[in-house]
Amino acid sequence: MARITAGVACSHVPAMGAAFDLGKQQEPYWQPVFDDFEWVRRWEREQKPDVVVLVYNDHASAFDMNVIPTFALGAAESFKPADEGWGPRPVPDVQGHPDLAWHLAQCCILDEFDLTIFNKMEVDHGLTVPLSMMFGKVAAWPCRVIPLAVNVVTYPPPTGNRCWLLGEALRRAIESYPEDLNVQVWGTGGMSHQLQGPRAGLINAPWDNAFLDDLVANPERLRRIPHIEYLREAGSEGIELVMWLIMRGALGPRVEALHRFYHVPVSNTALGHMVLKPLA
Amino acid sequence: MTGRIDIHDYLAEFDDIPGTRVFTTTRARQGYWLNQFCMSLMKPENRERFRQDERAYLDEWPMTEQQKQAVLKRDYNAALDAGGNIYFLAKIFSSDGKSFQFAAGSMTGMTQEAYAKMMLEGGRSPDGWRSIREKR
Repeated sequence: MARITAGVACSHVPAMGAAFDLGKQQEPYWQPVFDDFEWVRRWEREQKPDVVVLVYNDHASAFDMNVIPTFALGAAESFKPADEGWGPRPVPDVQGHPDLAWHLAQCCILDEFDLTIFNKMEVDHGLTVPLSMMFGKVAAWPCRVIPLAVNVVTYPPPTGNRCWLLGEALRRAIESYPEDLNVQVWGTGGMSHQLQGPRAGLINAPWDNAFLDDLVANPERLRRIPHIEYLREAGSEGIELVMWLIMRGALGPRVEALHRFYHVPVSNTALGHMVLKPLA
Repeated sequence: MTGRIDIHDYLAEFDDIPGTRVFTTTRARQGYWLNQFCMSLMKPENRERFRQDERAYLDEWPMTEQQKQAVLKRDYNAALDAGGNIYFLAKIFSSDGKSFQFAAGSMTGMTQEAYAKMMLEGGRSPDGWRSIREKR
């Protein structure tokens, strides 16, 4: 049967993708970030996941104001990088896993999560930046990817608890897939940042670090954080952190942290990154 | 588990956050065409037509004059007030070859140098920026 072997949390700042694409990894501003991600690249080379369920948000790339799905699962054979205004990122197309994706959609719908399914969709930096950070510069991504896009743009986004429960449903669905697959779930976005208005540039390191602590120590607290707390404490775009709770919910009650990294600033954003292993 | 959330209470709190426009459905409706115009800039041919004659390109969209002026002046706070969403507005500054840090800095009233320095020093502290009502 398929099984979830690990969860990865990672910010998906577009500037990281630009620095990566332009070969700026060794510049002083970027070096601490890219040096840290060497750890996870080595680890991923050993882990060799077959499939990553990649939770991210679309930043007005595939979804405009015409359709606003709260949770949308990608079931296509492949997904092309989106042109977000400066041309598509020079990274490989993302290969999907339609059979597992449709299995997850069916199971989740019967489990009372009415996912939207999309077949033709371009994927933006929210999905491709974490892939670059985890796998580096490659001719082809080393695993299949099932995109799970979450609306965190138009309010209200889903509650943290709803995200957690979807994670639990995904786990049940993955564990009922008959093929022996090594599956990771990634939660992306965050941490504290605000990109708009006179309050832009907000960073809250103590709040972020308490969030990282409690992914392991007290995830029940994180499930109950209301949207207004994200907005006040982590900035208007810090709300992306609800997506980490889908990943965390999928790992079960107890986890072990294999790796943790926090860095300020990356452009306007606090970068958070964690690798978690579910414990029996 | 989290209990039922009253939508009126939920929305009322957003206006208490200093210097922030939460993208509510009211703003989404107000900014519908502004945001759809922004989306059109994802196509290179549209970016080129916009560059050739910004005003003429904007006039193809059923946007308000206030929205068009905000775009022409690259006044992103005014665009937010007119219902723009930052991820949609990003298509404009990306077409201009500008970064998210440039655009975010332009909304703070700080110079680009001062904004960049603030970020390098750890960003804007949330102290004093959490709540207008509670002054914290």
